[in-house]
Amino acid sequence: MNGKRGRPQRAPNSGGHRRDPLWVAALLHRISGLALAAFLPLHFLVFALVLKSEAALEGFLRWTKNPAVKLAEMGLVFLLTLHLLGGIRILLLENLPWFAGHKQLVAGALLTASMLALVFLVRAA
Amino acid sequence: MNVRLYVLQRVSAAVMAPLLLIHLGVIFYASNRGLSAADLLARTRGSLLWGAFYATFVVAAATHAAIGVRVVASEWTRWHGAALERLMWACGLLLVALGLTAVAAVVLV
Repeated sequence: MNGKRGRPQRAPNSGGHRRDPLWVAALLHRISGLALAAFLPLHFLVFALVLKSEAALEGFLRWTKNPAVKLAEMGLVFLLTLHLLGGIRILLLENLPWFAGHKQLVAGALLTASMLALVFLVRAA
Repeated sequence: MNVRLYVLQRVSAAVMAPLLLIHLGVIFYASNRGLSAADLLARTRGSLLWGAFYATFVVAAATHAAIGVRVVASEWTRWHGAALERLMWACGLLLVALGLTAVAAVVLV
């Protein structure tokens, strides 16, 4: 069915909005935020190992040199960068006058997060 | 989400943004050198500056994460009212307690 301006109108709950890059960005922001929130307690517990002994922390840090752990850390760098840049976009969106280009900002955030994660892996390898 | 939580979520995000950039810088610096406990503790032990940096980071991250988890739970689950409040406070207090313990461990011990 076409509206007055000839644009196809979506039926309610058709799910078409889920193809919008800004909806995908909101979803990715939530997923990355949840993943980081789940990771934080483990991150803190690692540094609390110092309370046991410095050697306990050293032993854990040696274990993180495992390639599988480096890959997981690369994923964390990706999620952290994506969440940071996505959050900055939201702050800009809410505090500045509307400007075109938010979809490009989302694409830029994804690209930057991917690049930084790869650079991290290359440096850490 | 009420206005108080909305503002807290945005303020904690604004506080964390520069701290996260510094944290990412430290992660990249450490990844190149190969992180050791001795290197890490040499930087943080007895440092008021790093202690304040990480304590601020922990409180902002715990606030931001707790409110964020509450938002996602309200959107993706049937939880509402007091259950959401309990989830948010549990998440926030757990992160503050573990985070400040970790900061104390690397700065004070």
